Amino acid sequence: MADPARYLEFVEISKEFPGVRALDGVQLSVGEGSVRALIGENGAGKSTLLKILSGAYTPTEGKLRIDGKDAAFANTQEALDAGIAVIYQELHLAPEMTVAENLFLGHMPAKFGVVNKPAMNAKARRMLERLGEEIEPAAKVGRLPIAQRQMVEIAKALTRGAKIIAFDEPTSSLSDREIRRLFQIIRDLKDQGHVILYVSHRLEEIFKICDSVTVFRDGRLVETFETMDGVTPDVLVNRMVGRDIQNIYGYYERPQGEPALEANGLMGAGLKQPVSFSVSKGEILGVFGLVGAGRTELMKLIYGAAPKSAGTLKLLGRDITIRSTRDAIRNGMMLCPEDRKAEGVIPIRSVMENLNISARRRNGFVVRPGWEKRNATEQCERLKVRTPSLQQLIMNLSGGNQQKVILARWLSEEIKVLLMDEPTRGIDVGAKSEIYNIMYHLAEQGIGIVMVSSDLPEVMGASDRMMVMRDGQVSGFLHRAEYNEEKILSMALPASEPEATLMS
Amino acid sequence: MPEQQVQNPDAGFRKAGLSIWEIWDKAGMAVVCVVLFLLCSWWVPGFRSAPNMVGLSLQVSSIGIVACTMLFCLASGDFDLSVGSVLACSGVLAALVTRQTSEAIGATNGVLLGVTAGILIGALVGLINGVIIAFFKINALITTLATMQIVRGLALLFADGKSVFVPNERFSWLGTSSLWGVPMPVVSLIVFFVFFGLLLSWTTFGRNTLAIGGNKEAAHLAGISVPFYKTVIFTMQGMAAGFAGVILASRMEIGDPKVGMMFELQVISACVLGGVSLTGGIGSMIFVVSGVLIMGMVENAMNLQSVPTFWQYVVRGAILLAAVMLDKFKQSRG
Repeated sequence: MADPARYLEFVEISKEFPGVRALDGVQLSVGEGSVRALIGENGAGKSTLLKILSGAYTPTEGKLRIDGKDAAFANTQEALDAGIAVIYQELHLAPEMTVAENLFLGHMPAKFGVVNKPAMNAKARRMLERLGEEIEPAAKVGRLPIAQRQMVEIAKALTRGAKIIAFDEPTSSLSDREIRRLFQIIRDLKDQGHVILYVSHRLEEIFKICDSVTVFRDGRLVETFETMDGVTPDVLVNRMVGRDIQNIYGYYERPQGEPALEANGLMGAGLKQPVSFSVSKGEILGVFGLVGAGRTELMKLIYGAAPKSAGTLKLLGRDITIRSTRDAIRNGMMLCPEDRKAEGVIPIRSVMENLNISARRRNGFVVRPGWEKRNATEQCERLKVRTPSLQQLIMNLSGGNQQKVILARWLSEEIKVLLMDEPTRGIDVGAKSEIYNIMYHLAEQGIGIVMVSSDLPEVMGASDRMMVMRDGQVSGFLHRAEYNEEKILSMALPASEPEATLMS
Repeated sequence: MPEQQVQNPDAGFRKAGLSIWEIWDKAGMAVVCVVLFLLCSWWVPGFRSAPNMVGLSLQVSSIGIVACTMLFCLASGDFDLSVGSVLACSGVLAALVTRQTSEAIGATNGVLLGVTAGILIGALVGLINGVIIAFFKINALITTLATMQIVRGLALLFADGKSVFVPNERFSWLGTSSLWGVPMPVVSLIVFFVFFGLLLSWTTFGRNTLAIGGNKEAAHLAGISVPFYKTVIFTMQGMAAGFAGVILASRMEIGDPKVGMMFELQVISACVLGGVSLTGGIGSMIFVVSGVLIMGMVENAMNLQSVPTFWQYVVRGAILLAAVMLDKFKQSRG
């Protein structure tokens, strides 16, 4: 029973990872010639759903149905063969190969194993012209701007005969003009009868090109709006965040003291204007901005992990010089890095090693096993780290527990200022609220906390004051009483895109 | 992976019992080493004899000494291909300096100066390697491949392509005398094993080395100065290779510029055979001792059994492959 209105169907799809139910009984169908938006916070399950569609994951329960027939993909190749293309944020092209070679990768027109280049280039040119793009097929992909690479990716999907095309945050690195161009192509694809899935954090885009929208939260499908009539951004945000937002953040007011960290005129790679701010003892300063706004770069600058070209730092009123991460730590300023896997933990070492790596230097050159064990046990109990043993390799712990071990690493020291870059990225909801509680407790003890996040509800929910960054500079400060999603977004969005701020 | 119910809060802290897998993880190759020793003692005539034991330990001493510092290189995620050339160059230099200065400043002082020169040239090469790798961020493979050739060339230039004979009996003291019946090179080897073993597992230096190999960026953000560690590690490596070269020259009583070809690969194989990870972050002195001894015993047993040289290559290669595949299996078991 092939029903064009249910061309692609997810039937009761669930996906479990050790400790996390990433998707829970998702039932969803999309018709031919329509664009469906998938929205939700980080970790809501959209990406997992796309990965199941692309064959990168196999569902724990449930199945896919395409054109009325059950489909199960053991790998991404099988999904490609079934006419599914997922265009990710980071494009998957071979930069050293030409446009045409990328388009026909794996099935180049050839005779006796020799590639017929003129024929291939001509075919590629026709393909790209169909998209209305003037891209030289013999050009190397690595030389093209991002927007054109994306077009090549779309063309590649079409050369493979993809019927279902999913876009994962396609506009995150495009200019306004390029976005309009992309939208035109998506509309053309829709008119040609393709099934389009569109994942984006930018609500205004969804109202521009999507016919229907499905909202996810914590791995569950919250609601599908089959038409966009009567749907407003407020409604979507409300569904995305859920009613129990207060319970997740559990914010409460704390007394604040003298300034803990004062930054004055900081400049360095990733910043376009000098940055000055201060955070008081007991205060949680949220730093919000879109990807590329310079938040992470600023944290690395303060922490001494990247060189400063100008600016001064004061810790508890005293001038300090930070030239290396070691300087920062010895002064009592610690960083929980953005990318936990790549920069935070040492995956093949034990929980105890990861925890004691910094604080043990105070014991001198020789390691003291008694202290190591005592400190690790004490800190793990204090932060409720769930691990089978202290000897367990940290890579076997869940994201939330890994983050707690990194926090425990710094709590073993005399800490005055804590910089937290994306403290809850990739952490499930339960552990999230535990992390927030730890932050509140630390602040109560007089520590100044800087919390960087691209998750707006999080910054709004857990911070006392907010610094908004845009394009390598500070665009303003807000007190908690002044928090307003629209206002904050208008401060964070690039000024060259005024229409993007029109939310409703 | 039934061992890891990490998410189950009720699991609590599991009792740290010594399962057979844990012993295998920590000292699997040490067990293999002991078994191999027993088998050889039983089956290979002459293996157990005192002269053969002394010969065996002398035979592994050079590789063993350099393997101690190679352990640090590997543990931090790099490796050093220049050690074979350094071995030759420092031997040549020690011999040359001893020969040239002995008449002027006396035999003993000449030897002292020669030995110092040999070790220092090693340290210098190591320092250069370290600085280039740590501060100019050039890949260790390429850097040490280059210095390997430069230093080999220097050794040949210093010696004018010929072996340097030392007409000074005291020069051979380091290589041929013995302490309580144990030859000096073997005493040095034991000192190296103990010193660097303790350095790796009982000091912040060793733990931080392993952390760098496990995740360089995370180590940096945890306040560890990665360039400093790399420089020190490569300098130690050069010094150890220089020392091994001096001892070898002293034992042979000549400085041979052609000695130690493929030496670096034998050292790395011994480490990997014992279970030191090539990608960094995993290693201990037990692994190195086991790897060095297994390689030495296999070679020794094959010599005693008069296995043709060509076959010895085949067997050594096969053992190395078997060891790394076993290691892979161990890891995938998780």
